[in-house]
Amino acid sequence: MSKTRFFDEMNGYGETTRALYAGVADWLKKTPADILATRRAQAELMFRRIGITFAVYGGNDDTERLIPFDIIPRIVSQSEWSALEIGLVQRVNALNMFLSDIYGAREILKAGVLPPDIIYRNAYFRPEMAGRRVPHDVWVHIAGIDLVRTGEGEFFVLEDNARTPSGVSYMLENREVMMRLMPDLFSAYRIAPVDNYADALLAALRSVAPTAARGEPTVVLLTPGQYNSAYYEHSFLADRLGIELVEGHDLSVREEVVYMKTTQGPKRVDVIYRRVDDDWIDPLSFNPDSALGVPGLMNAYYAGNVTITNAVGTGVADDKAIYSYMPEIVKFYTGQEAKLGNVQTWRCREPDAYKYVREHLDELVVKEVNGSGGYGMLVGPHATRADIDEFAKRLDADPANYIAQPTLALSTCPAFVDDSIAPRHVDLRPFVLTGANGVHVVPGGLTRVAMRAGSLVVNSSQGGGTKDTWIIEDTNSNEGA
Amino acid sequence: MLARTAENLYWLARYIERADFTARIIEVTARLAALPQNYRRSGGEWESALAAVGALNSFKASFSEATESNVVFFLTFDEANPSSIRRCLEQARINARTIRTALTAEMWQSINAGWLELKAMEEKRRGGEYSGADSIQPFLEFVKAVSLDFDGSSYRTMLRNDAYWFNRIGLYCERADNTARLMDVKYNVLLPKTEEVGGSLDYFQWTAILRAVSAQTAYHWVYRESVKPWLIADLLILRKEMPRSLAYCYDGLTRFLDSLGKAYGKQGLAQRHARNILRRIDSASMESIFQQGLHEFVTKFIEDNNRLGALIAEQYLHH
Amino acid sequence: MRIRIQYETVYTYATPPRSVIQVLRMTPRNHEGQHVIDWRLDIDANCILKASEDGFGNLVHTFTAMGPIPQLIVSAEGEVETFDTSGFVRNAIERFPPELYLRQSPLAIADERLKALATSMEGDSDHARLHALLDTLHEKLDFDTDPTHGVTTAARAYAAGAAVAADFAHIFIACAREMNVPARFVSGHIALPEDSGVRHAAHAWAEAYIPDYGWIGFDPALGKCPEESHVRVACALDHLGAAPVRGAQTGGDGEALDVRINVVDSQNQ
Repeated sequence: MSKTRFFDEMNGYGETTRALYAGVADWLKKTPADILATRRAQAELMFRRIGITFAVYGGNDDTERLIPFDIIPRIVSQSEWSALEIGLVQRVNALNMFLSDIYGAREILKAGVLPPDIIYRNAYFRPEMAGRRVPHDVWVHIAGIDLVRTGEGEFFVLEDNARTPSGVSYMLENREVMMRLMPDLFSAYRIAPVDNYADALLAALRSVAPTAARGEPTVVLLTPGQYNSAYYEHSFLADRLGIELVEGHDLSVREEVVYMKTTQGPKRVDVIYRRVDDDWIDPLSFNPDSALGVPGLMNAYYAGNVTITNAVGTGVADDKAIYSYMPEIVKFYTGQEAKLGNVQTWRCREPDAYKYVREHLDELVVKEVNGSGGYGMLVGPHATRADIDEFAKRLDADPANYIAQPTLALSTCPAFVDDSIAPRHVDLRPFVLTGANGVHVVPGGLTRVAMRAGSLVVNSSQGGGTKDTWIIEDTNSNEGA
Repeated sequence: MLARTAENLYWLARYIERADFTARIIEVTARLAALPQNYRRSGGEWESALAAVGALNSFKASFSEATESNVVFFLTFDEANPSSIRRCLEQARINARTIRTALTAEMWQSINAGWLELKAMEEKRRGGEYSGADSIQPFLEFVKAVSLDFDGSSYRTMLRNDAYWFNRIGLYCERADNTARLMDVKYNVLLPKTEEVGGSLDYFQWTAILRAVSAQTAYHWVYRESVKPWLIADLLILRKEMPRSLAYCYDGLTRFLDSLGKAYGKQGLAQRHARNILRRIDSASMESIFQQGLHEFVTKFIEDNNRLGALIAEQYLHH
Repeated sequence: MRIRIQYETVYTYATPPRSVIQVLRMTPRNHEGQHVIDWRLDIDANCILKASEDGFGNLVHTFTAMGPIPQLIVSAEGEVETFDTSGFVRNAIERFPPELYLRQSPLAIADERLKALATSMEGDSDHARLHALLDTLHEKLDFDTDPTHGVTTAARAYAAGAAVAADFAHIFIACAREMNVPARFVSGHIALPEDSGVRHAAHAWAEAYIPDYGWIGFDPALGKCPEESHVRVACALDHLGAAPVRGAQTGGDGEALDVRINVVDSQNQ
């Protein structure tokens, strides 16, 4: 093995196999490539059969695609995970306190921690929510925090997803498929289970039901419909949670109470796990042309007769400009230093930072403040001169709309690509649930992998794939060796 | 249950049943049309096939001549025809996808696999296969197999609750409609008097009807005599042991509607209407039907059956 | 001035809808320039009006009427006493600092032409430039007073050269924000003399924030600052947040709308 530039999840910097991966390394050594290829094909068939697909924006004929699945798992030790978990809980608590404050007393602005316009001019800040409280002061019930690793024990937060984070169905299905296809591998490890996620989610959703809800609260999942890119996940989750998967026109509002249309007449709804963005949720409050929403929903919400999860207006917390202030935000609300660090970030709204970014475009990753899904970003080292010039024009036109980060030495993990095993860059999105009874993190998360050699973009909309993610007891790591 | 889920289950079953019926109609029509000239009535087999699936007008809107290849294309792969087999399966899959959580894994897989297979066949067809009358046969077999698979999956894997009942109600509504249409198109050869007029010429027409509903063997089990037109009508209308007869369909419809009524603790217009239709079938005899006029009887039945669909929608789906 | 307002909207449906839901912002509140003497809303359907306050401090009423509904009449009626404050809006309900009103809102986005318009305004202060803008819009654009004409975006209305009152306000707001002046949309009523040529009296204008003065009203459709004839009902980032009615229906078809407004100076009649 030769020494590598990037930290590899299996091989560290290339000198030795990390103890955690001994079992996997052994399995890979014993298993010929054609068997791996067969397993991959079987996995793909299983995904295709179950219908795990996602729709691609701008895809032409075949609008339903499979997200590539890599059969080599990604492993994190329990001790590494425990440290991450503490940091995640702290961060999500801070996000919720931040939202309560921003829509309430705005102490953080009074204290001068954030420039006010970063809130007031933020497209995801909802003036409609100002002065309102949400049940148990929980705004972000489901958060997906994107983490990257740059070395042994070095994890950083790359992005907070506080609106409607997706991908958890892949976390669950990847495990299912792995267990069915590679039982021998599972016998070598003791892996923390993930399948209690659905129960934990349902418990969190029920715990925030309005006090007016009588008896067992009725929870529904609101989807934009089957043409949405994450529709599979919506139906999967509704199924696992045992709740109705509803579209906007299945719901109606009467006297500030939400009902769903059933074969036995209207039935009161208490909690809406919505996978529809704020803008589309109620044509009488937001985009008037929305056919995906429920007219009058916001009035029912304001009246406290229904709980919307995640709350309306959480987008302001996952904005990339706000992200750059997260260490200060965590400190402000928890009184402690952030346990999970940020990636160094230049805010182009600040003249010095802008100047630096402008001069180092070919080294940096530049992102739109409100962009998501890997759209609207420049990866300097991988861009052509023309790409950079083009991007520079957009940056110059509105510097405040951009942030920049160094090109990270994102860790790699072995992946089975084409017919051989090769390192590919990965990130990790754990899912953090918050209910009336506190914060809960399911051990693991979704590992996303950039399937193209050298690529740092792991988003599924940009050809990224996924892996099963294992949290294993540290002591176990030596047994397989 | 979500009203939209019930609606989708209902339509899902209808689309699959319709695809199956269309495949059968193409099959028997191809057989009839392949007979030597002097065994045939007057030609026009393909027009009557279109009439039987209720697509004559829409066909004429896009084709000038009802040739075999035109009609077969129109009824199988034509994306412009909303009731082509392709579109039925596509609609079925869209419906299924929308309510996946209400389906069992087996039901979803039968539809999803069927749809993926159809897409593959469509590719091959573009490459030149499945164009002639002979090569369409494997496609029709495939469609019938999808329908059988779906129906069997539903029957074997669904919980016996409102989801199942809506699925069955859709199935029997569609089947009753199909059987009635088939008779309406062929009613002239089913009239008793045509035995003299048509003679053995019509024998092939009669057996074609039986074949369309997979009832050749059944006929002989029930009647133990040679094929007679009024007995075919009897089999398709009044015989409860015949799974495609109007009597059987309405027996099922009233039963499943009653199950819904009981489960929801409420009966409505749909239940009453279905029972009325069943009572009328039960009390009818072939003599009385022929007296009234077979055509009139069938036409009225089709109207009543449509009305039931509307009442179900009103009572459970769009209130 | 005492102004009496009767505002009635009649919806008639060819096919009656199964239900109608509406969110109304039709109730004025007090500020230094106006005092609400009495006010009531009435819906001619069997329903409950639920009152609340929105994020901007406007009074909001919602109702759901269950059908079939062949016709629906929504009416607001009341009396307001107004005082001339030379356009200054003081002691109104303020839920946000002025900075909020610099944010973009869908109907008041400046396109290239509006940006050019904003930069071409001359004057030695923001206040002066806003007055220049007020005059320019009043001169350049035709005031479309047909009450059946809907609201469009600032950019489209400006390009068309004709604008309803709300469009005027949006153009003004878009340009003001472009000048980095906080600006907001106001919906209300206006009592005009019989011979004014303006048929309807549901009106809209803009307010802009100048640090030394506070919020100041600008009525570009009429080319002046609001006077005692103006009754301020609701304010927001743009029309969408302050519209008197936002509604939806299930089922039904063929809606016909008739708006009858009567705004009079009740002392001098």
